[in-house]
Amino acid sequence: MSLFKQIGAVTLMNLQSIPSRLGSSLVIVVGIAGVVGVLISVLAMATGFSKALNNTGRPDRAIVLRGGSTSELGSTISRDNALTILDAPGVRKTAEGKPIGSAEVILIVDLPQKGSDSGVNVTLRGIGPEGFDARPEIKLIAGRMFQPAVRELIVGKSAQAQFKGLEIGSHIALRDSDWTVVGQFESGGDAHESEILADAETVMSAYRRNLFQSVTVLLDDVAAFDGFKDALTTNPTLSVDVKREPEYYAGLSKTLKMILFFVAYVVGGIMAVGALFGALNTMYSAVSARSVEIATLRALGFGATPVVISVFAEALLLAAAGGAIGAALAWFFFNGNVANTLSSNFTQLVFHLTIGPDIMLLGIAWACAIGMIGSLFPAIRAARLPIAVVLRAG
Amino acid sequence: MKYLPLVWAGLWRKRTRTLFTLLSIVIAFLLFGMLQGTNAAFSRGVEGANVNRLVTVSRISFTEDLPFADLVQIEAVPGVDHAAYASWFGAYYQDPKQFVFSFPVDPERYFNLFPEFKLPKDQMDAWVRTKTGAVIGAQVAEKYGWKIGDRVPLHSTIWTKPDGTSDWNFDIVGIYDDPDDHSRANAFFFNHSYFDDGRAFGKGTVGWYVERIKDPTAAVATGAAIDHLFLNSSDETKTQTEKEFQQSFLKQVGDINFIVTAILGAVFFTLLFLTGNTMMQSLRERVPELAVLKTLGFTDGGVLALVLAECLLLCVIAALIGLALAAAAFPLMKDILGIVALPPRVIGLGIGVAVLLALITGLPPAWRAMRLNIVDALAGR
Repeated sequence: MSLFKQIGAVTLMNLQSIPSRLGSSLVIVVGIAGVVGVLISVLAMATGFSKALNNTGRPDRAIVLRGGSTSELGSTISRDNALTILDAPGVRKTAEGKPIGSAEVILIVDLPQKGSDSGVNVTLRGIGPEGFDARPEIKLIAGRMFQPAVRELIVGKSAQAQFKGLEIGSHIALRDSDWTVVGQFESGGDAHESEILADAETVMSAYRRNLFQSVTVLLDDVAAFDGFKDALTTNPTLSVDVKREPEYYAGLSKTLKMILFFVAYVVGGIMAVGALFGALNTMYSAVSARSVEIATLRALGFGATPVVISVFAEALLLAAAGGAIGAALAWFFFNGNVANTLSSNFTQLVFHLTIGPDIMLLGIAWACAIGMIGSLFPAIRAARLPIAVVLRAG
Repeated sequence: MKYLPLVWAGLWRKRTRTLFTLLSIVIAFLLFGMLQGTNAAFSRGVEGANVNRLVTVSRISFTEDLPFADLVQIEAVPGVDHAAYASWFGAYYQDPKQFVFSFPVDPERYFNLFPEFKLPKDQMDAWVRTKTGAVIGAQVAEKYGWKIGDRVPLHSTIWTKPDGTSDWNFDIVGIYDDPDDHSRANAFFFNHSYFDDGRAFGKGTVGWYVERIKDPTAAVATGAAIDHLFLNSSDETKTQTEKEFQQSFLKQVGDINFIVTAILGAVFFTLLFLTGNTMMQSLRERVPELAVLKTLGFTDGGVLALVLAECLLLCVIAALIGLALAAAAFPLMKDILGIVALPPRVIGLGIGVAVLLALITGLPPAWRAMRLNIVDALAGR
């Protein structure tokens, strides 16, 4: 018999005998399903979170904060400075020659979260008259745009889904007065979808403020950034930090992303070691249950290789099944789930848990690796079974 | 106790299998210790909250300031014993990564409200006298190597001075500690008057008020009375107990408790299978031995206890090793979590879970061992 035929025959025979060892086989399947499920779920959080922030911003847009401020909330920019920034070289102009940029005011609104009544911080962003030209990705999907000087606002799709009282037509009590929700927008799943937008001047007069928090400008092109930045940083009347938008938002997501990846790989890794011991147990007992069968095959002239491969095949099959179950469970329970957390601005960021094929494949790869390593030593033992002793004892 | 060698021998009958099972349980409890410890670290503020204290913040959000003039009105509310205020300074030392939890306060008012912060009398006097004086927690002093007499610059990410700079200088005049929980001595307090005179905007406001109430059972009513004062004013307030305030803050981060419970649920569900399978296998192989024991005069209950004890021993030993590893790993996470030791409560809980795990996985095989019929078992039927 050729080697391949031998491998085929022994492996098939082995796989057919799995049902008789179901109890211990389940240990591998369940153990690995647990590892892969946890790994994929936490990675889904990490990717969903960083996707929301990475989608925000374009390289030809810059955000200006007061020097030394780490986030918009802590920053202040006076009206004079805001005008200087908007007039700086490199800022794209509208057909009428107005700079495309937006001096913005950031406020925190305490709103109840859906599903629980505890209040969370939601960003209210007062946006300048050219704000929507600067951010063409913001599209109204229901209702209408707010009007300046009237206490109206529009809400992001994610914010509306996650927080209470943001339906079109409802009123939000902010300082002194009621504001009406008149529209709903989407912006490609980025960070602004978790926000509420209104007219900057109206918001500032309601809150009796005279300072902006940040200025966002659309540049002539990606290369115009350096000139724009130099113009601002060398201007003695200004003390500001200038960043490309993607750089700013990547900075915001860095810490939490790191923590989530750390949790995914450390907790997943530790669980994988635990599952590995379970797999070893199962495969050793599988080999010992098959010892008479293996010895008989060897006595009949089957080589060691088919036996070793049959052990590997069994472990891989069980591990892959476990990995698939874990991945399927994680996908079923979590894919597309909406979660929100406190982002660097002290405000909520809503994100979607995303389980893409890359994460799925990673999970299955982990499963197969655990199966392979877990069956290595049992396979060696199977190959080295002393034929005569086993047959006599059996 | 005299059966311990027998239980021990039974446990190690199949050495590799027991070892691998033991190691899996060790891993599970290592995770249990680390995750529950993390959870405890996050909820620490909530548990340390004082029932006598209320926190009043702006109704709009806690980042909005409140007028300084509210203080007199709040103090006049019947039920309020004493009130103090603080603001968020949002500062770092030299590098944005070296964040310092710093708050401008009124020295005597604030420390009167927080009797758990121990500050020597002469240092308090010096603080009141020194406008630029600051009092720091023992943890802060240790972290940056600051001592009394040092002049320390902090860079505020929020508050600028009229000249546009955000660097503020302080003279360290005192170091306080919290003997019950040293990790809570982690703040940097300085004079509100220095802050208010020096800032370019927001003068005459404070971040939030803290009140001590005379009767903790009247917390809700007192809070409502405070909020009623400012109803329909331009600065409406929201007063909560200190505990509620901390909880609502934690909830904003996300449901850490849920994530921890979900992961541990998956781990222990897996473990149930593994250990249960090991115990079942081991029993199946030992049916004749158990029958011999019964023939020798062991009662049904005795055999049940023997099998259960074996499982209990395995789980508890593994749990102890796992928790010890977690306790050893915990200091490595000090910078992230802020506490240095695995809380004893988590260790106790872990041992409880180990016993429960042993009972659930051990009971079915133990039950079978108890019901074993000697004749059938010896005959191999």
